[in-house]
Amino acid sequence: MSAATTMVGRSIRLSRRNLDTAIMAVVLPVLMMALFVYVFGGAISSVQSYVDYVVPGIVVLCTGYGATSTAMPVADDMKKGVVDRFRSMPISGFSVLTGHVVASVARNALATFAVVLVALLMGFRPTASVGAWALAMGLLLVYVLALSWLAAGFGVIARSVESASLLGFFMLFLPYLSSAFVPVATMPPWLRAVSEHQPITPVIETVRALLTDQPVTSGRPALAWSGGLLVVAFTWATWLFRRISSR
Amino acid sequence: MIVETEGLTKRYGTRTVLNGLDLEVAEGSVLALLGPNGAGKTTTIRVLSTLTRPDGGSARVCGFDVVRQAADVRGVISLTGQYAAVDEEQTGRENLVMIARLHRRTRPAARARASELLERFGLVDAADRRVRTYSGGMRRRLDLAMSLVARPRLLFLDEPTTGLDPVSRTTTWDAIGDLVRDGVTIFLTTQYLEEADRLADRIVVLHNGGVVADGTADALKNSVGGTRLDLTFASREEALRARSAVGGLADGPTLGLPSDGSAAHLHRVLDDLLAARIHVLRVATHRPTLDDVFTTLTAVAA
Ligand SMILES: Nc1ncnc2c1ncn2[C@@H]1O[C@H](COP(=O)(O)OP(=O)(O)OP(=O)(O)O)[C@@H](O)[C@H]1O
Ligand SMILES: [Mg+2]
Repeated sequence: MSAATTMVGRSIRLSRRNLDTAIMAVVLPVLMMALFVYVFGGAISSVQSYVDYVVPGIVVLCTGYGATSTAMPVADDMKKGVVDRFRSMPISGFSVLTGHVVASVARNALATFAVVLVALLMGFRPTASVGAWALAMGLLLVYVLALSWLAAGFGVIARSVESASLLGFFMLFLPYLSSAFVPVATMPPWLRAVSEHQPITPVIETVRALLTDQPVTSGRPALAWSGGLLVVAFTWATWLFRRISSR
Repeated sequence: MIVETEGLTKRYGTRTVLNGLDLEVAEGSVLALLGPNGAGKTTTIRVLSTLTRPDGGSARVCGFDVVRQAADVRGVISLTGQYAAVDEEQTGRENLVMIARLHRRTRPAARARASELLERFGLVDAADRRVRTYSGGMRRRLDLAMSLVARPRLLFLDEPTTGLDPVSRTTTWDAIGDLVRDGVTIFLTTQYLEEADRLADRIVVLHNGGVVADGTADALKNSVGGTRLDLTFASREEALRARSAVGGLADGPTLGLPSDGSAAHLHRVLDDLLAARIHVLRVATHRPTLDDVFTTLTAVAA
């Protein structure tokens, strides 16, 4: 465990020093917020307070995208051979990936904090209790952990840092096919079917319901999707790391 | 034997990189693995340091099987790979402290160890700069220092001095010498025959995934031929006259003569020349270098 702590320290230091990633992690979500609230907000009038509607979507979109950035430092380690040193040392391979995943969670916590702060300035008025906030953050944590482990796995097999970032593009677009920005009821039927059944929608719905004091109807699928993905991704990534290491 | 391999085989696709390698390394010795590019030196080190799984045969390090007891092997070895394995975005000191912490040292102990190694490898001035700004040689020295944070029983060095200037090379050799005195076994690969000659108790020449020669530097040199006497005369004509008296191969004013290196043989040659009234200007003895050994062995086996 102490090895994992050391690796967490390393990954956080590395991500603090990688200015591009650090800036992207915070600035992108804030820009997205502004874009949706000020540019599209007026046009999308099917909901009363668009800020209240869109904040959970932005948070889920940005944390999902942010989590996938885990793939890049992992791919970088694999390529640079520094990973060979760790693998030839008496520490578990698990700790190397854990370092990157925990750093990813820290980056996303920061990004979420920034988004909520800016949202409040833009007129976001959450009515949630402390307990509901805690639940929402808990669900987001599981979601971010799951995507971070998935991204870590991608980082292990990616041939380059560039291809490791492809998962990020996917995660940047997937939330548009959900209830993140517009209610699914406004979509054509075939798209609606996709949107309603993709894993991100229940996560967004649950976070939104929790933050705006609505009844939570999709908590079970949200947790099942995120938790299930976490278990699968964690197993896959650590297995890959061990397998690739014994190439 | 701290390293024992039997019939070690490794394939990449259809290419056989290690072809039934048998190796033994005694504890406390220095083994140099020599071989042309692509001979399988790095592959051998990667298998022995548990980074790569062999396809056949077996390898034991400190009595532990590299496949089934990989974790135990990792506890007793340290590796400096062919390419520097350092974090570019951390400083030299941070890199060293990190490795010390991974070896379960307390924070103060880790810092102390880092300072000690920075001092030893002449990196004090650069200690708090990011490695990204280091020169190739500095990076290499840091890499080596990182392998020495914990005192391993067996240290693998894959081309430890490639790209180093003569001063850094000597520093590295001194560091390796200190380790040997401490009883650390060294398994190194090198392209510099001088390095093998100077550091190694035993040299193994690898070619096409198999051992083509194994022995001390002297034994290897003797295997490709003994000493040669080079006699230099005033002119080419004199050298040719000398050739008819004592034999050998003339090259300009110099005559090369095979010898067993003994004083008696030299005496005999000089006596014969004196009797023929041929005046010798200079005498030099020439031992084959490891370069000769290397060229001969890898050319024959090719
Ligand atoms: N991961 C890999 N995949 C495919 N082929 C590989 C791989 N690693 C090594 N090889 C091949 O195995 C052979 C031996 O490589 P190795 O790196 O062991 O040689 P080497 O003796 O260390 O050479 P050099 O002196 O150039 O470092 C080479 O032909 C190389 O192309
Ligand atoms: Mg090599």
